[in-house]
Amino acid sequence: MQMPPLDPAILSRRSEIVSALQAIVPGEGVIDDLDGMRPYECDALSAYRQMPLVVVLPETVAQVSAILRYCQDNKVKVVPRGAGTSLSGGSMPVGDAILLGLGKFNRVLEIDYANRCARVQPGVTNLGITKAVEHEGFYYAPDPSSQIACSIGGNVAENSGGVHCLKYGLTTNNLLGIEMVLMTGEVVRLGGKHLDAGGYDMLGLMTGSEGLLGVVTEVTVRLLRKPATARAVLLGFPTEAGAADCVAAVIASGIIPGGMEMMDKDAVKCAEAYVGAGYPLDAEGLLIVELDGPSVEVDHLVDRVAEIARGRGATTVRVSNDEQERVLFWAGRKAAFPAVGQISPDYMCLDGSVPRGKLVEVLGEMRRMSKQHGLRVVNVFHAGDGNLHPLILFDANNPDELRRCEEFGADILRLCVRVGGVLTGEHGVGIEKRDLMGEQFTEIDLDQQMRVKCAFDPDHLLNPGKVFPKLRRCAELGRLIVTQNKIPFPDIPRF
Amino acid sequence: MASTIKPRDAKELRQAVEWALNEGTTLDVRGSGAKLALGKPMVCDQVLDLSGLSGVIDYAPEELVVTLRAGTPLKDVEALLAQRNQMLAFEPPDLGPLLGRPAGEGTLVGAVMGNLAGPRRLSAGAARDHLLGFNGVNGRGESFKSGGKVMKNVTGYDLSKIIAGSWGTLAVLDEVSVKVLPAPDQTRTLLLLGLADEAAVKAMCVAMGSPHEVSGAAHLPGKTALRIEGVAPSVEARLRGLRELLADSGTRMEELGTLESRTFWREVRDVAPLKAAANDVVWKISCPPTEGPAIVARVRVECRAAEAFYDWSGGMIWLALPASADADHVLVRGAIGASGGHATLIRAPEAVRAAVPVFQPQSPALAALSARVKESFDPKALFNPGRMG
Ligand SMILES: Cc1cc2nc3c(=O)[nH]c(=O)nc-3n(C[C@H](O)[C@H](O)[C@H](O)COP(=O)(O)OP(=O)(O)OC[C@H]3O[C@@H](n4cnc5c(N)ncnc54)[C@H](O)[C@@H]3O)c2cc1C
Repeated sequence: MQMPPLDPAILSRRSEIVSALQAIVPGEGVIDDLDGMRPYECDALSAYRQMPLVVVLPETVAQVSAILRYCQDNKVKVVPRGAGTSLSGGSMPVGDAILLGLGKFNRVLEIDYANRCARVQPGVTNLGITKAVEHEGFYYAPDPSSQIACSIGGNVAENSGGVHCLKYGLTTNNLLGIEMVLMTGEVVRLGGKHLDAGGYDMLGLMTGSEGLLGVVTEVTVRLLRKPATARAVLLGFPTEAGAADCVAAVIASGIIPGGMEMMDKDAVKCAEAYVGAGYPLDAEGLLIVELDGPSVEVDHLVDRVAEIARGRGATTVRVSNDEQERVLFWAGRKAAFPAVGQISPDYMCLDGSVPRGKLVEVLGEMRRMSKQHGLRVVNVFHAGDGNLHPLILFDANNPDELRRCEEFGADILRLCVRVGGVLTGEHGVGIEKRDLMGEQFTEIDLDQQMRVKCAFDPDHLLNPGKVFPKLRRCAELGRLIVTQNKIPFPDIPRF
Repeated sequence: MASTIKPRDAKELRQAVEWALNEGTTLDVRGSGAKLALGKPMVCDQVLDLSGLSGVIDYAPEELVVTLRAGTPLKDVEALLAQRNQMLAFEPPDLGPLLGRPAGEGTLVGAVMGNLAGPRRLSAGAARDHLLGFNGVNGRGESFKSGGKVMKNVTGYDLSKIIAGSWGTLAVLDEVSVKVLPAPDQTRTLLLLGLADEAAVKAMCVAMGSPHEVSGAAHLPGKTALRIEGVAPSVEARLRGLRELLADSGTRMEELGTLESRTFWREVRDVAPLKAAANDVVWKISCPPTEGPAIVARVRVECRAAEAFYDWSGGMIWLALPASADADHVLVRGAIGASGGHATLIRAPEAVRAAVPVFQPQSPALAALSARVKESFDPKALFNPGRMG
């Protein structure tokens, strides 16, 4: 993984930069000693590490604004960071960049039940929002597995998803507004408690922009009322194809489950050994389908899903009869990653997304590649929306395995693109998939995206080295050469 | 009268833009032209008519995705989906009649470009939430794409969002992939009769905050409507639940069955309940739901003839005001005041739209950012120049 070369001029000005930051954020908010910076040297893609130039933890929007203005004026790079749980290296530090941590922005500012929204600071955790409103029967719908730890600001930057996104949408579908600070230090508010802000949808553009466009300092999210009931159906199939067919059949029948997850045989084995959820060990493909809503509806749909599954050859069909059983069905799925961690020193979690109809083909092809690369792969994923999470098992202490793991991962993602899918469904491009962007996009596609970046950050100071495989200067991107020769009017109908 | 070019495929679309770029020719980009009277009036050298780019490219009901040429008529898309019991969940309104044109004219891309949405905006989102990806041509004459055909995708910037609602000012689209959803088996409506605006919005907010999954909440003069959709047993149970929940408001209640409900909500979607005289100007206001009645009341203090109804649980106000040279824009935007929200002038004579801000004015920093984003797509301002003001 190649990061842009460090700028010696910036490195040599380090103490001056630290002093300037101390003038903006007094007290403990600036961390410049190695031990203090150590916790920030990587995110959850921990195979890659780098120490930042300095860490700064502002507490007010005015401070964020002053920091960014200083960085803009002095051409210092900035990496924004929430909780550091990115799986794509999105918040990995850069050696000649300030790491701007939003951890101190941890307050819930306002809860407005009548208008069903909450206004919070970006460092509040995803689960923290639900915790703040659940006593009134409300919750915040997108539920990444990292929800205890990850911040809502990070969720906005990554457009994070979760098990329930099939029915309730991703972060982008559950946001009403943000406040953000541009590199110039300008503070801009987008949206609010109303819908569809008018003008260009900058809120939508910011969501999933991976910290490259602006720093989010406040978030207004939509709250939903907790569904009256939820029941889960556990379905075991003698073939993966049977399980995948069932996924398509459920959706084609007009049912949108709250969640629809799939695990392959190895994942089932690991999870069962780890938590004992009672999964059928003979199944080649296991589905957990959750139906939520009014209890009569859930009961009705549970029966229909069970019937569809039997029609597709399910050998195990179990419906949760109480909350305890529902939680048990999920326990194995929720613990699947740590469970896999028990059988391998390391694993790399990929995140390609494919049309549901291609699941079987992709899973089969992945097995073949697994043999070719000599590394095992285990699959636990959001089947309902075709979002794969292959886990490649490897040993990071073995450089050859790390290399093979990277190659295998890249092959899987290329495969996803080849069958009509995309490189990442929810974890972001970051540094991890940066160099594969050319598999999905043409140079023109990427240039257009970089021009949008230039509209926000013309000097490429925000989160450098991420997302784009090859950075081009904004002046060069903006140049427009119009041929002086007259182009004849093309042969297009005209009247 | 500007002449019209009508490309037949993606290549011709790109050639048309390349040609315009070379000639310095501005383009009035339209689908069917159904919403031409919306936005700032434009003076363009040439009309670029996208209606020649029409038809279904790929429809896989079990994938919940349809890929279409951008100029496909909306009614064709809806008919296609209906065959498989699916729908565009954002309920794109047909604003034709409101804007003085025949019904049923719009194209899919027109709905996307206006980021339109009907009553189900509340629970299912707007066009922005359903555009999965597109192919198009930017103002540099380059064909480019963004997004894809899958449900979950965070690869690169989500340019679909910025395209949706850009009124054709950033790029001309050739192909779009849109998320579709199963159509509900049943649609029923609970009507609360005789509530004043404030009580009505309160009741709607209570209903929206309940677990009964209300998918439409509108308040017309004297009549407050809550829509419940889904499978039969669930619809029954939720209607019962809502009745109990709202019983202490003491109001009289009635129900509409599936057929009547469909008509009712289609009318709400298309703004038919607004009692707008032929010359009235029409505003659309988006605001926090609970602020709706106060905003309307503030308008009425100055303008007693104002007619209004509410959708989106009170968060969307359709407002008709007697004709005036400035469409009372200061009054309307002043009434929104500090509560947050925005107003769009949906219908007014050309001269009025030329004179007043059609879209909500933005802070200087946001306006400058928007201008830079526009330039990043269309540096020579070829597409619909000035339409967004
Ligand atoms: C065990 C585990 C399970 C996970 N499960 C899921 C899952 O189910 N679904 C899913 O989608 N993701 C999942 N993730 C990934 C990760 O949790 C999400 O991407 C999350 O949104 C990151 O939030 P964070 O606060 O940790 O952000 P960070 O990692 O700190 O930052 C992520 C990106 O956001 C930017 N950023 C952070 N805060 C701001 C801000 N205030 N303004 C601007 N930019 C900012 C950073 O620059 C970076 O590019 C998982 C991660 C782990 C470790």
